[in-house]
Amino acid sequence: MIRGREIEKRFGDKRVLRGLDFDVPEGGFLLVTGPNGAGKTTLLRLLAGLAAPNAGELEVAVERAHVGFLAHEPLVYRELTALENLDLYGRLYRVPERRERTGMLLERFGLWEARNERAGTYSQGMLQRLALCRTFLHDPALLLLDEPFAALDDQGADLLQDELAGGRTVVVAAHDPARLATLATARLALA
Amino acid sequence: MSAYATDVATLARKDVLLELRSRDTLPAMLLFVVSALVVFHFALPADASDRAEIGLFWIALVFTALLGLTRAFAAEREQGLLDGLVLAPVDRSAIWAAKAISVVVFLALAEAVALPAYALFFQPVGWELVAAVVLADVGIASIGALLAAMAAASRSRELLLPLLFLPLAIPAVIGGVGASVAENPASFLGFLALYDAVFAILAWASFEYVVTE
Repeated sequence: MIRGREIEKRFGDKRVLRGLDFDVPEGGFLLVTGPNGAGKTTLLRLLAGLAAPNAGELEVAVERAHVGFLAHEPLVYRELTALENLDLYGRLYRVPERRERTGMLLERFGLWEARNERAGTYSQGMLQRLALCRTFLHDPALLLLDEPFAALDDQGADLLQDELAGGRTVVVAAHDPARLATLATARLALA
Repeated sequence: MSAYATDVATLARKDVLLELRSRDTLPAMLLFVVSALVVFHFALPADASDRAEIGLFWIALVFTALLGLTRAFAAEREQGLLDGLVLAPVDRSAIWAAKAISVVVFLALAEAVALPAYALFFQPVGWELVAAVVLADVGIASIGALLAAMAAASRSRELLLPLLFLPLAIPAVIGGVGASVAENPASFLGFLALYDAVFAILAWASFEYVVTE
């Protein structure tokens, strides 16, 4: 499903990724590890199509509509409520039975009671839960997750871990990979 | 309604809702345009020509538009949201079209106050001026939304947007002033329509390259 060969990415004179080779088959789970500045986020942005490599070959055999991307930022409008944010993305992704799907995810991630509150009033943990609702809203075939456990409490982390065990193709960048060790089918360590 | 039109309507509705909630942009535009007209009213001599009055009105409109454009991508920029929109399976030009529509809405609301204020302080508003304002709004919003997206990606956005926008707004001012003072306004209105068409096509076709690396 994903194939990378000799991937290189530079920002000006700074080379962030160099000579990366990796494959992620359908249903595979690639765990990307590395210290701050190693290029984990950059790699996920390349896979999402938000940036292009400077050299190498990158194939991601999934349409944009079937990619779920969890970034550092929750990618939700702070002036809109959780329901309005998910309704917006649901419309853009043409999610069938949008309202039912939105309600189910908000309940699952413990945000139903706060569904009509503006996202700007949410705590970091609630924002991360809302970002996860957004990421899973269109039932993506490929998940690209950047530090998905950040700001989540144990209950939220358990919920996410259950979702990740669902057989999708997943690429996760994580500092602390302990929770994901049992799910990962491959690892990519960035220096 | 086509999928493209539905996406544009969804995104434009979101922009209007954001403004209704935050009230960041429209009150500033209203205050600016009225203040500018008041200042011009007292700055111009009593025997100032029609051309001078209408010229200052258009200058006030262009800077009011610039004020709105400065905030056009504020939510996306401050919260990194452009990535979320770019990743969605919609034609990326729909993001531009929606932003241009919301800018037109805010400009029209500002002008709904500015035109009566102009009539009060200077001279009656003719149909030529109204038609020129409507046409100029479309062109200004079309190119302005593209330039606002470009500036949003830059560190020196406060400097970049006026530098890019103001030279490209000059034809709108020429057409607007010309339509208001010329014997035959049709040619200037036609010029404004051409300005709209050229910049709308240019912005529509190039927006994707602005928001992707």
